[in-house]
Amino acid sequence: MPDKFDVIVVGAGPAGTSCAYVCAKNGLNVLLIERGEYPGSKNVMGGVLYRKQMEDLIPEFWKEAPLERPVVEQRFWMMDKESVVQFGYKGLEWGMEPYNNFTVLRAQFDQWFAQKAVEAGVLLINETVVTECLVENGKVVGVRTDRPDGDVFADVVVLADGVNSLLGKQLGFHNEFRPDEVALTVMEVINLPKEKINDRFNLHENQGCTIEIFGDSTKGNLGTAFLYTNKESLNIGVGTTLSSMIKAKLKPYDLLDYLKNHPMVKPYLEGGESAEYLAHLIPEGGYHSVPKVAGNGVVVIGDAAQLVNAIHREGSNMAMASGKMAAEAIIAAKAAGNFSESSLNRYREALYDSFIIKDLEKYKDAAHTFEKHPQYFNEYVPMLNRAASKFFTVDGTPKRVKQKEIMRSITKEKGTIKVMQDMYRAWKAVK
Amino acid sequence: MHIIVCVKQVPDTKIIKINPKTNTLDRRSAPAILNPYDAHAVQEAVKIKQLTGGTVSVLSMGPPQAVSIIKKSIEIGADKGYLISDRAFAGADTLATSYALSKALERISEEQKIDMVICGKHAIDGDTGQVGPGIARRLDMPPVTNVIEVTEVKTEERKINLKRKQLGGYEEIEAQLPCLLTVEKEVNEIEYAPMPNMIKAARYEPVVWTVDDLGEVDRSQLGLKGSPTVVGKMFTPPRRAGGKKLEGTIDEQVKELTGLLREKQDLFRFNVNS
Repeated sequence: MPDKFDVIVVGAGPAGTSCAYVCAKNGLNVLLIERGEYPGSKNVMGGVLYRKQMEDLIPEFWKEAPLERPVVEQRFWMMDKESVVQFGYKGLEWGMEPYNNFTVLRAQFDQWFAQKAVEAGVLLINETVVTECLVENGKVVGVRTDRPDGDVFADVVVLADGVNSLLGKQLGFHNEFRPDEVALTVMEVINLPKEKINDRFNLHENQGCTIEIFGDSTKGNLGTAFLYTNKESLNIGVGTTLSSMIKAKLKPYDLLDYLKNHPMVKPYLEGGESAEYLAHLIPEGGYHSVPKVAGNGVVVIGDAAQLVNAIHREGSNMAMASGKMAAEAIIAAKAAGNFSESSLNRYREALYDSFIIKDLEKYKDAAHTFEKHPQYFNEYVPMLNRAASKFFTVDGTPKRVKQKEIMRSITKEKGTIKVMQDMYRAWKAVK
Repeated sequence: MHIIVCVKQVPDTKIIKINPKTNTLDRRSAPAILNPYDAHAVQEAVKIKQLTGGTVSVLSMGPPQAVSIIKKSIEIGADKGYLISDRAFAGADTLATSYALSKALERISEEQKIDMVICGKHAIDGDTGQVGPGIARRLDMPPVTNVIEVTEVKTEERKINLKRKQLGGYEEIEAQLPCLLTVEKEVNEIEYAPMPNMIKAARYEPVVWTVDDLGEVDRSQLGLKGSPTVVGKMFTPPRRAGGKKLEGTIDEQVKELTGLLREKQDLFRFNVNS
C-alpha cells in the first residue's frame, strides 16, 4: 500500500517550505519533495530576505538563521555611461531589532529553513523529481516521482515548483509563459575580505547595503541590476525580460560582464574573487499572469503562481506569505474534511485580499508600459544624469538660469507634450 | 544473513578547500556526505541481502550530524542504523576508530550474530584504508580488501566467492564466513533508490550509543588518547615529469627502448619478499 499523506508539497524553496512548516506545526502529515541535492541547491535570488513575512513564520529567526548582514542602507542608482544620479536611505534603526531586511546566501538559508520544517515534523525528500500530478475523477490525489515505485498520495498537493511550473501547466492552470512575462537574471557571488567591503560601502560590522541600478546597467533595457553586501562577499547581478533580451540581442553573461566593468561599479569589485555564477528565470508577468491558484486537491504558491513584485524586488517574502495562506486554507479544509476547489478557494480569497495581489494589481500595467516605452530607461536616465551634471557644476551661472536651461534642454530634446505624456504614463502605471 | 556496513561521514572532497597554511582540509568549506566507497558497500550488502535474505545494518562513528549518512544508507536499502557518538571518541585516528567500531560491532553481535562486515576501500578524506582491516583483526575475521565483485554467496557452506583487484588484473578467491570485505567502486552501480525507501529514510531514527552503551571498553584506547598517529607533514606530491616519446623507424624505437630499459633496470627490479 503506497504511503498517503495529508499534504504533499512539491519544491523546498521559500514558498514550499513555509507551507510545509505551517501544516506540520498544525499536526498535518506532510511530505516535502525537493529535486535538488538539498533545499537551496537550485534556488537563486538577488539576496534580500525581508524580515516581516519570515518573522510571521518563525519569530525572532534572526537569532539563529544563517544571515549575512542586516541591511541599513538602500541606494538607488540612475546610471549613465560615465555618471550616476543616486538617492537612498541609511538608517541605523534598520541595524537593530526588529530589523527591516537582511542579505542572505540562499544555499545556506534555505537549508536552515528546511531543517526547521523537518524539526516541525515535515518529511523531506531530496533528489527526487515530481514528473506529474496524479488526477482521479477531476481531483488531484497525489504525485508521480521519477523514482521506482514512485507514486505517493495525499489529500492536497501544493505546487511550489517555481517559475515555469510544469505541474501547473500539466493541470491546465496556465499556458507556456511568454518571453515578456519572465526575466532572466544572472548573478555572481564575488568573495571579498570583510574589511574591504566595510571600507568601500562605508559600513560597520554587521551592517549591509543594497544598491539597485537602473539605466545603463541593462544598456537601457527594461530591467535592473543589483549589488548587495554579504559578510565576506558581494552579490552582483542583472536581469531583463526575455523579450528585451531577444529584441536587443543581448546575451545575459555579456550584460553581467558589461556591468562588472562599468566605471561606476568596477571599483567596488576590484580584487574580488568570483565564487559562484548563477542564473535563473524570474516570473515578472505580475497581476495579469497569475494563474489559477486553487483546484480540487491542489493549490499553487510562490513563483509557480507568478507572485513576484518586480518593481520592489519582492518575491521570496510573497512566496512565504502565500505558502502560509495556502497552509491555513489546507488546515481548514482538513478540519472540514473537504478538499474541493471551493474549499481550497479560501486560499485564493486570502491571497487576493492580501498585500500580494494588491501590490501586483497596483503595478499591473507597469512592466507592459516600460517595455513598450523604453525611453524611461534609455532616454530619461541619461537626461537626468546630464541635468544633474549641469546643475552641480560650478561655472558662474546663476542657479535659476541653470534650472531654466535644464528644463529647456529636456523639452527641446523631446518636445514639451511628449515629455508630459511620458510623465503621465509613468505615473499612471505605478500610481 | 546479517551484514553490517561501516560508513563514514566525509567532506565532499570535490569542492573542499585546503588551508594553505596548515595543508589540512578546511572541513567547513564543504558539505558532509556519505563516503562514496561506503555507499557502494551499502549497495553491495543490499544486493547480497536480496539474494540470501536477512538484514543489513549500518554502523558509523561520528558527531550527531552523522545521522544524515545513516539515513542515506537507509535510502539505498539498509534496514537498520547504529551511530556511536560521544566526546570520548573525538580525535580518533584509524587505530582508535577501528577499536571503537569493533567494540560496537561486538555489542551489535550480541543482539544478532554478524555474518559479514563490509567497508568501503578507504575514506576519501584520509585515504588510509586501515580501519577495515583493523576491525577484521580485532574481530578475528579474515579481511578481503579491494573487492570488485561478489561472485557467489554460499550460505549453506558459509562461504563466499569474490574477485579482488590487483595491479593489472584481479584475483579470484573463496573466503569463509564471517569475513570482512572492503570494496572498490567497480563492485556495483548505486541504484536510484525507490520512493518507499526515501520515505522510510526520512522517517528513520537510528540507534545512537554513547561510550557507556558499548559495555566493557578500555577508554585509553579511544579518541585522541588512543591515537598514536602524528601528522608530520602534509604536501601535494610533485607532478610527474612527462615521459619520453620515441621516434624513428620501428627498429630504431625498439633499440632505443631496450637501451633505456637496460640503463634504468634498477627501477624494474622487483623483490618478491618485500
